[in-house]
Amino acid sequence: MLDVIGAESLDALVAVPEAVALRGPVSVAPALAESEIAAAFERFAARTPGSTYTSFLGAGAYRHYTPPIVGALAMRGEFLTAYTPYQAEVSQGYLQAIYEWQTYIALLTGLDVANASVYDGATALAEGAIMAVNATGRKALLVSAAVHPNYRRVLRTYAEGLDLDVDEIRYAPDGTTDFANIEARLADQRYAAVIVQSPNFFGAVDAPAADVGSAMRATGTLVIGVVAEAMSLAALTPPGEWGADIAVGEAQSFGVAIAYGGPHVGFIATTASHLRRIPGRLVGRTVDKHGNPAYTLTLQAREQHIRREKATSNICTNQAHCALCATIYLAAMGATGLRDCAGHNLARTRELQARVYAVPGVAARFAAPVFNEFVVAVPGRAADVLARLRGSHILGGVDLGAFYPELADCILMTATELTTSAEIDALGIALAESIEHAATRV
Amino acid sequence: MQQLAFDTPLIFDLGQRGRANKYLPSAPPPDEFLPADMLRADLPLPDNTELDVNRHFTRLSQKTFAIDLGFYPLGSCTMKYNPRINDAMANLPALRNLHPFAPDELAQGALAIMWELERSLASLFGMAAFSLNPAAGAHAELTALLIAKAYFKKIGAAATRRTVIVPDTAHGTNPASAAMVGYRVVSLKSDSRGRVSVDEIKAAIGPDTAVCMMTNPNTLGLFEDHIKEIADAVHAAGGLMYYDGANANALMGNARPGDMGFDLMHLNLHKTFSIPHGGGGAGAGPVGVAEHLVPFLPTPVVRCNESAGAGGWEPSEGKTFGLDFDRPDAIGSMRSFWSNFAHMVRALAYVYANGFAGLTMVSKLAVLNANYIRASINDIIDTPYDENCRHEFVASAQALKRETGVRALDIGKALLDRGYHAPTVYFPLLVPECLMIEPTETESKETLDAFIADFRAIIATARIAPEAIMEAPVNTVVGRIDETRAARHPDLRWHPPTAAAAG
Ligand SMILES: Cc1ncc(COP(=O)(O)O)c(C=O)c1O
Repeated sequence: MLDVIGAESLDALVAVPEAVALRGPVSVAPALAESEIAAAFERFAARTPGSTYTSFLGAGAYRHYTPPIVGALAMRGEFLTAYTPYQAEVSQGYLQAIYEWQTYIALLTGLDVANASVYDGATALAEGAIMAVNATGRKALLVSAAVHPNYRRVLRTYAEGLDLDVDEIRYAPDGTTDFANIEARLADQRYAAVIVQSPNFFGAVDAPAADVGSAMRATGTLVIGVVAEAMSLAALTPPGEWGADIAVGEAQSFGVAIAYGGPHVGFIATTASHLRRIPGRLVGRTVDKHGNPAYTLTLQAREQHIRREKATSNICTNQAHCALCATIYLAAMGATGLRDCAGHNLARTRELQARVYAVPGVAARFAAPVFNEFVVAVPGRAADVLARLRGSHILGGVDLGAFYPELADCILMTATELTTSAEIDALGIALAESIEHAATRV
Repeated sequence: MQQLAFDTPLIFDLGQRGRANKYLPSAPPPDEFLPADMLRADLPLPDNTELDVNRHFTRLSQKTFAIDLGFYPLGSCTMKYNPRINDAMANLPALRNLHPFAPDELAQGALAIMWELERSLASLFGMAAFSLNPAAGAHAELTALLIAKAYFKKIGAAATRRTVIVPDTAHGTNPASAAMVGYRVVSLKSDSRGRVSVDEIKAAIGPDTAVCMMTNPNTLGLFEDHIKEIADAVHAAGGLMYYDGANANALMGNARPGDMGFDLMHLNLHKTFSIPHGGGGAGAGPVGVAEHLVPFLPTPVVRCNESAGAGGWEPSEGKTFGLDFDRPDAIGSMRSFWSNFAHMVRALAYVYANGFAGLTMVSKLAVLNANYIRASINDIIDTPYDENCRHEFVASAQALKRETGVRALDIGKALLDRGYHAPTVYFPLLVPECLMIEPTETESKETLDAFIADFRAIIATARIAPEAIMEAPVNTVVGRIDETRAARHPDLRWHPPTAAAAG
């Protein structure tokens, strides 16, 4: 091969100018044979016991049953090792699957169109906010304090880049967004969008009432509906029906592994009027030159490879394979399976609520109806209670004090269809012990 | 090479009520728990038997070209083989099922994986530290530019540092990312050697320069041999140097962006580190920074309690780790959770499989394979910068088009008929009728020879029977697509029959 190239040696072929030659020493993980790699990762796994604990964690990443057919199909090499379907003629299968994903997301959110995915729920929110800024020409955003704190942090990080102001609406005593004086706040027409999450970070169903929606529309403010738990879409009124112009969210619940936070899969859906502001890939159905139905990437004049600095977003690589997993999951579960799943989430959560509220000293923090998570107030610091629960191999939930200093005595607890009565009972017992223990020490 | 052409109606046209699979026990309906005004009226999704679902997606997979099926010389995308050990490790239940809010003390193995990877990358690319936060290359560019903005703010220069310099060969994400940080983009023309000209860049640099974004080797596959001079000039003007590491497969182990004077960089782990990203994602785009920019990295950062971690990789056994959120100068966070963790597992498995010597050999063989193809076809097609390339090279079909009407696009389509993915076409924009070919190191000489023979045959056919090439592809499940119709009459989803009938 070197002869064909006319190079003296491999080293000569790859040489770089002396001024930028490698200045060692380099230290990377050592080379191992495959069997040794497997053993090394088994050791990492053994140092990661958190995944074997009984868990009531949710807060944006949910444990749901995934039928094995999802992995069996998604891990086929044709799906796993394809790239962006630039060459439509040899990518019809993936393109059709993404078209089906776009359809599922549009149907689930109750909106007209959805894109081929973005990185995750938080970046979906940031991208949706940029859409609203571009649509309205306004440079400020009003976000509910009951939107996932991580999502809000990402929104603020992106906003720093575009010099956008981000203001917050506080939450009401019942755990929903306090829309009490929303008309006054929107009156000066500063805000591109109001951002609400439902179910919100506290688990509460938080779709704004119809009159709140009209106040927003009257001031030309767009409404962005955030969905961090996509399973809720199987039961709750979807954002498109409660008045959101843009729905953004996270679809990890649809058959995508939790995997310590990623890869998950973000979605963006909107009304037909905002179609050309959507970021990222879109798959369209058209025909080939023989007039047969065919799929292709379309409306690419929005995208970075054509528009460069004038693109609607910089996104290129997205989360297509996770979107594929979700599509297979949705196809396999069907409406019946999803409704059952949502029903179990609602039922299990009520069982969990009843059990923990029965523990002396524990109380509901908010009264608003919830989907599959809720906030409990405990005596003392939530962090201490949770630490003691770990002694019983239980991850009791998320310490809200980490995000809301005023809720340092509160735990966000989640139950899904996988939560068993035995687990709920074990939590109840351990919680009671943990609280007694604290009381006797005082 | 005929693609299988099963009929695949939409999943929405297959399903029927009463065909639900019994994955879960029956549940009480939602209206037993919530008031009706909080609930959706209907859920218009199909129920399908598992067999129908299985056959549907299996058939779709058979209409999808992939690395596992054939050679995928898509320039700039580094479509190398994805070893399955990586996926097996990512799927270990302890890692796959770990919740991001699991406390650090119960997630030590996962944190150790992130830390070992981060330390390996820092040493391999000569940076002080990496953030594993960003989800892809473009996301990483945005992260890095936000870091730059925060840095200039910190030193009181944010108001003046308003421009980002981007060569015309740069990927579209570079200027698009700059725009998302409010920077004005100054585009630089390449010189006759396909490089950034030192004179031109010196003229473009000024007190308003925030960042100069460079790809090295650039997207023409050429090493920017004046990189040190360029970096010195940008630094002298108070700007920062950014390295787009999408092409790191060309020099990994052989040279380091840190040694070249870059302050910021990203890697496309999903390309260089053999991570599958089927259909166009998920990726992973760690951002590396020099010492003075470490405080600005997004949170969380993986902290080792027993090591300053300045000297590259160390074994993680016996050490303890935590996620550090308490970093006052951090730009914020770029995503919902900490990283595309399953991809960190895959990337570390890849580092383990190769070690330093192996990773260095990866980049050497990537360069060898690219040059072998280049030298084997440059007598029949123009290669505008005809010198030894790095891991990829560009050819131009401009002369061929003038003589025969056959364009780069047509050559790409003819390759599809012969069982290959097409090269990247029409990028970079400055080369007319551009074909960008990147074979990667994982392909054998036999595969390269077969590709070369087919490529030559296509060019030969183009000269005697150009219509045959312009007709291509004919062996695929559909012919060329009516893109204009797709854009003029956007059909982006299926509609339920009733809604469609209603308008
Ligand atoms: C040179 C270059 N820079 C940046 C990117 C963007 O990376 P990503 O697609 O992961 O966002 C790519 C690839 O798509 C690339 O080839």
